[in-house]
Amino acid sequence: MKYIFQLGFICFLSFIAELLHEVIPLPVPASVYGLVLLFLLLCLKVVKVEQIETVSGFFISAMPIFFISPSVSLITSFGAMKGSVLSLIVIIVISTVFTLGLTGVVTQFVMKRRGNHSKEDA
Amino acid sequence: MNEVLSGCAYFGIALSLIAYWIGYRLNQRFKLMIVNPMLISMLLIIGFLLLFNVDYETYDYGAKYITYFLTPATICLAVPLYKQLQVLKKNLGAIIAGVLTGCIVHALIVAGLAVLFQLDGILAVSVLPKSVTTAIAMGVSSEVGGIEAITVVGVCMAGLMGAILSPVILKLFRITEPAAQGLAIGTASHALGTSKACEMGELQAAMSSLAIVVTGILTVIVVPIVSKYLFTILT
Repeated sequence: MKYIFQLGFICFLSFIAELLHEVIPLPVPASVYGLVLLFLLLCLKVVKVEQIETVSGFFISAMPIFFISPSVSLITSFGAMKGSVLSLIVIIVISTVFTLGLTGVVTQFVMKRRGNHSKEDA
Repeated sequence: MNEVLSGCAYFGIALSLIAYWIGYRLNQRFKLMIVNPMLISMLLIIGFLLLFNVDYETYDYGAKYITYFLTPATICLAVPLYKQLQVLKKNLGAIIAGVLTGCIVHALIVAGLAVLFQLDGILAVSVLPKSVTTAIAMGVSSEVGGIEAITVVGVCMAGLMGAILSPVILKLFRITEPAAQGLAIGTASHALGTSKACEMGELQAAMSSLAIVVTGILTVIVVPIVSKYLFTILT
């Protein structure tokens, strides 16, 4: 029965997150409100990790399955992409390379400057 | 075919799960990043629907119930984030500086190239949230008026690139600090890239999964602002 409690709790949080999404007029997905809320509850020790670990572990490991249908909906947007496929690919490739590279450069720079060496090679 | 199936909710559910299972098995068998279970299941289902002439609506009639679990699953990302609270606290300055740079650089590059290529506004904002985890990217995309499916494909491509090419890119930019490597991978290529970071080391793994969530939250702030300008320029 502990699974029922965990599932119930996580679904209740999802409901509160949806409620916040409806009430607050910002372009923030409900899931992000829920994520922040759960993080705060954990930090404030209102909820302990052990109390939700089993079901949250299941949800995280099964996550890719939940995006299958949205990704299949690609077949409904073939029309919208027509003629722009190459541009889209170029944009995705270039932006990923530079985001990865520059994020690393800046992080490394800040870490070295603050003398915060975490160089115990992991 | 379409008419018979349009009343069957379990058609979409069964098809999704079986396709994913096939993708998972192939991934186990070939151990290649490109053989990603989600990518394979997507291609298999699209192939099936086209082959038997079934509408997406018919498939989604049942499959949408699986998608409902996306919200609780994303909320659960708070658990790994909390587990890394110590790492987060210790490197707070560097993490914020790095992730903020990543989010802004990403938004500017996508926006700049979209303007350069005269891309349709809707397509441009669909790609804008692509460096974060799918759940958040999809949410942001639909909030700013993008096409969710294109966002999902963008997210997959970014993730696959991170998983396959991140060692080369890190070398190219001379990033040797393990924590910085992890953060860069997580910021640019979310959970899929993180799987590579996990192979590189524990610190890389922790920082990479941390970056997924922090980038996700920052993207929620950055993308709506940039997409507003993009829409006025491109449409």
